[in-house]
Amino acid sequence: MRHLLTTDGLGRDEATAVLETADELKRTLLGREVRKLPTLRGRTVVTMFYENSTRTRVSFELAGKWMSADVVNVSAGGSSVGKGESLRDTTLTLSAAGADCVIVRHPASGAPHRLSGWLTDTRTSVVNAGDGMHEHPTQALLDAATLRERLGGIEGRRIAIVGDVLHSRVARSNVHLLATLGAEVVLVAPPTLLPYGVEQWPVTTAFDLDSQLPGVDAVMMLRVQAERMQGGFFPSAREYSIAYGLNEKRLAMLPEHAVVLHPGPMLRGMEIASPVADSPRAAITDQVSNGVHVRMAVLYHLLAGEEL
Amino acid sequence: MTEVLITGARPYGEGDPVDVLVADGVIAEIGERGAVQAPSSAEVLDAAGQVLLPGLVDLHTHLREPGREDTETIETGSRAAALGGYTAVFAMANTDPVADNALVTGHVLRRGRETGLVDVHPVGAVTAGLEGERLAEMGTMATAEAGVRMFSDDGRCVSDPLLMRRALEYSTALGVVIAQHAEDPRLTGGAQAHEGERASRLGYAGWPASAEESVVARDCVLARHAHARLHVCHVSTTGTVDVLNWAKGLGIDVSAEVTPHHLLLTDERLETYDPVNKVNPPLRAGRDTERLRQALADGVLDCVATDHAPHAEQDKSCEWDAARPGMLGLQTALSIVADTMVGSGLLDWRGVARVMSERPAEIAGLPDQGRPLAAGEPANLVLVDPDAEWTVRGAELASIAGNTPYEGMRLPAVVTATLLRGRITAREGKID
Amino acid sequence: MAPPRGAAAPAERELLSAGDVARTIARMAHQVIEKTALDGPTGGAGGTDGGTGTPLPPVLLGIPTRGTPLARRLATRIEEFSGVAVPAGALDVTLYRDDLRRKPTRPLEETDVPAGGIDDRVVILVDDVLFSGRTVRSALDALSDHGRPRAVQLAALVDRGHRDLPIRADYVGKNVPTSRTEEVSVLLAETDDRDAVLIRGQ
Repeated sequence: MRHLLTTDGLGRDEATAVLETADELKRTLLGREVRKLPTLRGRTVVTMFYENSTRTRVSFELAGKWMSADVVNVSAGGSSVGKGESLRDTTLTLSAAGADCVIVRHPASGAPHRLSGWLTDTRTSVVNAGDGMHEHPTQALLDAATLRERLGGIEGRRIAIVGDVLHSRVARSNVHLLATLGAEVVLVAPPTLLPYGVEQWPVTTAFDLDSQLPGVDAVMMLRVQAERMQGGFFPSAREYSIAYGLNEKRLAMLPEHAVVLHPGPMLRGMEIASPVADSPRAAITDQVSNGVHVRMAVLYHLLAGEEL
Repeated sequence: MTEVLITGARPYGEGDPVDVLVADGVIAEIGERGAVQAPSSAEVLDAAGQVLLPGLVDLHTHLREPGREDTETIETGSRAAALGGYTAVFAMANTDPVADNALVTGHVLRRGRETGLVDVHPVGAVTAGLEGERLAEMGTMATAEAGVRMFSDDGRCVSDPLLMRRALEYSTALGVVIAQHAEDPRLTGGAQAHEGERASRLGYAGWPASAEESVVARDCVLARHAHARLHVCHVSTTGTVDVLNWAKGLGIDVSAEVTPHHLLLTDERLETYDPVNKVNPPLRAGRDTERLRQALADGVLDCVATDHAPHAEQDKSCEWDAARPGMLGLQTALSIVADTMVGSGLLDWRGVARVMSERPAEIAGLPDQGRPLAAGEPANLVLVDPDAEWTVRGAELASIAGNTPYEGMRLPAVVTATLLRGRITAREGKID
Repeated sequence: MAPPRGAAAPAERELLSAGDVARTIARMAHQVIEKTALDGPTGGAGGTDGGTGTPLPPVLLGIPTRGTPLARRLATRIEEFSGVAVPAGALDVTLYRDDLRRKPTRPLEETDVPAGGIDDRVVILVDDVLFSGRTVRSALDALSDHGRPRAVQLAALVDRGHRDLPIRADYVGKNVPTSRTEEVSVLLAETDDRDAVLIRGQ
């Protein structure tokens, strides 16, 4: 693997290899006092975040540090990024300065693709840490790791992804990866929040959440961003919450073994009720801890092998 | 002025090869090969196997002067036009300062004349500063030196229906045409690419076809009631073709253009995220491309206009959302039309003359362009080698900017010479 | 996964047959019993239980892939011969290798440290072939991240020489003089489909 830009096109073997590495890393680090592996000693990893996301940045930073890479964080404030330097110049500068891997979060879809194009003649790898409405591949991988752990596998499982699919990079990455791993995916959202052309995706869709709950193995709740509530995609937060919020009554409609996922940050009381988020059925903290192991696995697969 | 003898060309690519004598800026004589007597001083253009067409007319270019002379000037844009076979171009008003007054339109006209390679006609803004709030001084621009014939806020839509109604009404007194960039801004807020399965998979905010179609439909209705002429810029969707078909059927005085890139390129280009493919309106789906070609052949779409839009390297070598929309078009237009329309059998060369010269001249009211190839007519001509091919290299194009989406593509049909009022402006890929 | 071994190749020679392998492991088991005094009056020198002072048997940790079943077999034999149950596990060293960048990305293998841990125990690392010593060096680093053994010993089924590092095995099944270009393969029924040790010339 040279870059990780999308889960669209990520092969089943490749995805499974990353997930297995993550499992092994989790096992090997479990209960250790010293969570430090020498594997990426001398390698430099730069996180380049053009959007604020403490949770994702910290997760990548820990992943790099636990593998002994030197991790440098560049954020949009207080750097040349804020001074209007072009994305291309910033990228080439970081690569020239010795970055072996650039982890980029950017509001523009495709920005990581552009980076990988500019870095063709270098040895720097690019990891997409979320680009616009496009993809967030490591989130999908950590969701898959959590589902494997909780459900014992993904093949043949039925997963509902609920909420603002239209604007969600998490949904897109999950749709591709889950389909690749053999799951059935149903997208549940009001028509205004389903993407154009969704009928060509490897999913089914539904407007009615209640009808889906008894038949799924997992529910993945998507965040409803505050700015969308003003955007007229649905009449009111109240109506959205009534129709698509995961409350205790709906939790009871799920099969016994089914799990609840949320990529965070959660809007408690909006898309997910507090008791649901805190219930043992929710795998939300598992997702966070799996996130570090999955990102370690990604760095391992990008940086630990032979130079390509 | 020297005479030019064109030998062995076929007018409109039809019939037997002829010799054409050009003198004093007009076509002096057209006769059988070897039968036309030319003075010994005449310059001879050996045009065996080539097609002779009236000089091309482009209703839609951005020459960037004044304001962005780092990307194009009237001089470099004129060179690109001449090399592309054009003898008249319309320079859009979205310059800096905006061409919303006679001072700027006069400047554009004069710079065009000084360069002398192509007739540069300034387009005036419909609204002051392109702000869409009040009408620009259309009357002054129409009657001043530049004699502006076409008004457009292109780059932006005159989206306020009341303002558009007033503009259309006002235009009838001046005998000018309003060219609308049809895009309802309420439907395209933040839009980045054609709203389709590809854009939604790749995460581009969608630019829905309805944003174009609804404005075209509205404007056709407004034009009908105002008894005004309406020109629709860069038609890009199947639905707009349907609307135009309906409006023309009702006798509404509407004309429409299509760009070469909308005839050839589709949203498949989105996969690369390379903003050289970013343009407004966006590259559409394959079925739209097919329909636009058919509509151009049928006459529902009147003409081809380039929407030539030079942009600096830094405005394209960036992430998609930050890039400016637009692509070069003047030097590639004829080849793209040859490829998509002639190559597919939808148009013959006479049809090309219609959509690239005669109809645009008619729409803009240019008396000396798009004329028949006949003795006594102005010698605005282009010679095309229909069998030659060339490879597009942005760096080799005459424009200062190099943002061509056709980089590295091999295209059919080569412009071998362009004549403006009897004077050779471009020959064998070089400015004369 | 390592490629399956044992595919017929030119100039391939069998160093140990299935019977030889079994006998060699049995001999190594006896050596371990003797060296760690498992059969002695104190009942073993694998460390002592901090609380009771009871001596503890050594912990066998196989280095995957083939060190893992070897460690298990060795533990079985030791228990058979001495009556003392010896914990066996696995220690993957991939994350500690110094040659990761020279080869395509390797999948990680299982690490399984027996429940009692390794602190203050004698740990015997078990590998199939001892060659440059780099794997053992990685294993020592990995081991130190899992705890602090009282002592570490090394068992190898085959020692083929050509050490790059000052490392020596405490228990060797068979010393085999080789040239650097030759390839020594250990086959085990658990990972391959038979027991054998092969040598292949270049």
